[in-house]
Amino acid sequence: MSSWTPISGGTTRVDRSRSTDDDETDLAVSASAAAVTRSWSVGLVAAPFAILALASVLLLYYNSLPLDPEVNISQASALDWSTKLWPQTVEHLTIAFWATVLVVAIAVPLGVVLTRPALRKISPYVLTVANSGQALPAYGLLILFLILLGQGLNAVVWALVLYALLPVLRNTMVGLDGVDRSTIEAGRGMGMTRWQALTRIELPLSVPVIIAGVRTATIINIGMAALAFVIGGGGLGITINSGLALQQDSVLLVGAGMVAIIALAFDWMGAVAERFLRPRGLQ
Amino acid sequence: MLEQPMIHLERVTKVYPGSSVPAVEELTMDVAEGEILVLVGPSGCGKSTTLRLINRMIEPSGGHIYFDGEDVTDVNPDHLRRRIGYVIQQIGLFPHQTIGENIATVPKMLGWAKKETAERVDELLDTVGLPPGEFRDRYPKELSGGQAQRVGVARALGADPAVMLMDEPFGAIDPITRDRLQNEFLRLQGELKKTIVFVTHDIDEAIKMGDRIAILGERSVIRQIDTPERILAYPVDEFVDDFIGSGSTLKGLNFERVTDLELTPYPTMRVGESAEVGLRTLNEMRREWILLLDGEGRPMRWLRHSDLERGDGELSTRGQHISNQVEPNATLHDTLEEMLRTSSGTCTVVDNRGHYRGVVEINDLTEVIRRLRAEAKQHYDELDVAAS
Repeated sequence: MSSWTPISGGTTRVDRSRSTDDDETDLAVSASAAAVTRSWSVGLVAAPFAILALASVLLLYYNSLPLDPEVNISQASALDWSTKLWPQTVEHLTIAFWATVLVVAIAVPLGVVLTRPALRKISPYVLTVANSGQALPAYGLLILFLILLGQGLNAVVWALVLYALLPVLRNTMVGLDGVDRSTIEAGRGMGMTRWQALTRIELPLSVPVIIAGVRTATIINIGMAALAFVIGGGGLGITINSGLALQQDSVLLVGAGMVAIIALAFDWMGAVAERFLRPRGLQ
Repeated sequence: MLEQPMIHLERVTKVYPGSSVPAVEELTMDVAEGEILVLVGPSGCGKSTTLRLINRMIEPSGGHIYFDGEDVTDVNPDHLRRRIGYVIQQIGLFPHQTIGENIATVPKMLGWAKKETAERVDELLDTVGLPPGEFRDRYPKELSGGQAQRVGVARALGADPAVMLMDEPFGAIDPITRDRLQNEFLRLQGELKKTIVFVTHDIDEAIKMGDRIAILGERSVIRQIDTPERILAYPVDEFVDDFIGSGSTLKGLNFERVTDLELTPYPTMRVGESAEVGLRTLNEMRREWILLLDGEGRPMRWLRHSDLERGDGELSTRGQHISNQVEPNATLHDTLEEMLRTSSGTCTVVDNRGHYRGVVEINDLTEVIRRLRAEAKQHYDELDVAAS
């Protein structure tokens, strides 16, 4: 996935003190900028058509299935639209939505705080924690939150927050680190306060990299929400699991297909957002 | 100092935490209103640090900074900086803002009205020679290096600050553009009369831009502070001498003009006068060469004693033609250049209509150099006497 470029590219960079090597930082930014531009040029126009085509194929397949309880009761019950698939889709999106909102609300401010000179020293430790969130097996993480928060939406959302925190946190830090020091120097030299320099220069210039991280987090959350059923969080994972448990390939296929289409659709929306939220003058 | 200096540093010191050696040690310095003071010195001498102490981008560890008599050592640094123009080598234009928005940065922070700000932006673009209609709505990435630096200067002038700090502003620009920008900036300064502290590591730039130059050594200690003329004529110690490098005498000739010289009388004769008249003049003045002028008083030929004696053809076809001439406002550096180019020890001086004004001899130049040295030495001797 091209949007991973700035994330993996940033691992070594965030540990460095900020002023060591300007050229390298510039490289990081231009590399991530290139990645963003590339995904726009290749996928942005063609992708929605491909996704629609995929959805149509799935719909045709779904309509071709005998959903008569008389014929196959387990299949008919598992794939019922109004009692199963639709509510599960809503649950699935709700989980992914709240997890992503919380990730952004936590990771962006955290990234800002950790790139301030005073707190720079502790940033490696926080990154280690965020790293471990992603390194833990997803299943184990869900069980951990089940134990901590009990069954339901809450536990699922917080587990996903920890899981998807890293890309946004790291991209926020890489993005802020990649801002040309001389623009900040000039801004401060003209009398901008720290806050003004942050909000008027640093954050706007980091937007492309931060959004790339948010896009990645969104996709992770949609994918991971398929595991929410494990601790009673609902979502389309129920259908997938039913397909597995009942050995009904059609049920499995419809459930997995829907998750995939939702993920692709949101990835495309993320790409559009990257394209249009990018400040003018930065192409 | 007779007048109140615009900027006064008093025993300003900067010691970085964890370092026992101060980066700037008890620096006391005045910058007069409307002058360009250039801080120049080898890398690592602390000249940039000194500049950044003035607008408190770096907080001094000791000492006081005064602006026009007001102690600004403890005022809010952000508010202080809005009163000071700041230009850095990397320029640091905001890439996500248009040129107009970049220039409006300080006026906006100061809460100027929209209309007033817009007018100021256009005025400043005009001032730095970028047509507002063409450039106002462009983004920095669409500018060349020279254009970007002009925008940087315009942005620093945003709220019409009395003081400008410039940290190697032309350092990253190709030599030809740099020369043009320097000239433009000097012309601009002629109108604006800002008080400017200018940092560079390039002594030639310092000589060109500075009304005064402060040559800084380790820990930003002032080794010599004076006009470029006097520093070139009389480097106070070996450090300054080394830093100025070879050719300081030649560079010093850039500051003297032909008009400053008392031109020695030289034998001349007009076309139409007889060779005997010329010979008589030569003998009276005990010279070997005489200058033949045309009817309008324009120099025509150099005639030697023997050219006058040997009566072969018109006088105006004898001798040597005049290969070099300068106008009175030419620098002595250019005059010497003319002499060297034509391998001759003399150079004729003509006014802008080509009329003969006099002759500069190479001895006149050595005399000037000797006088400049003597004057500078006397100045420093007097300072020593006054100090002791």
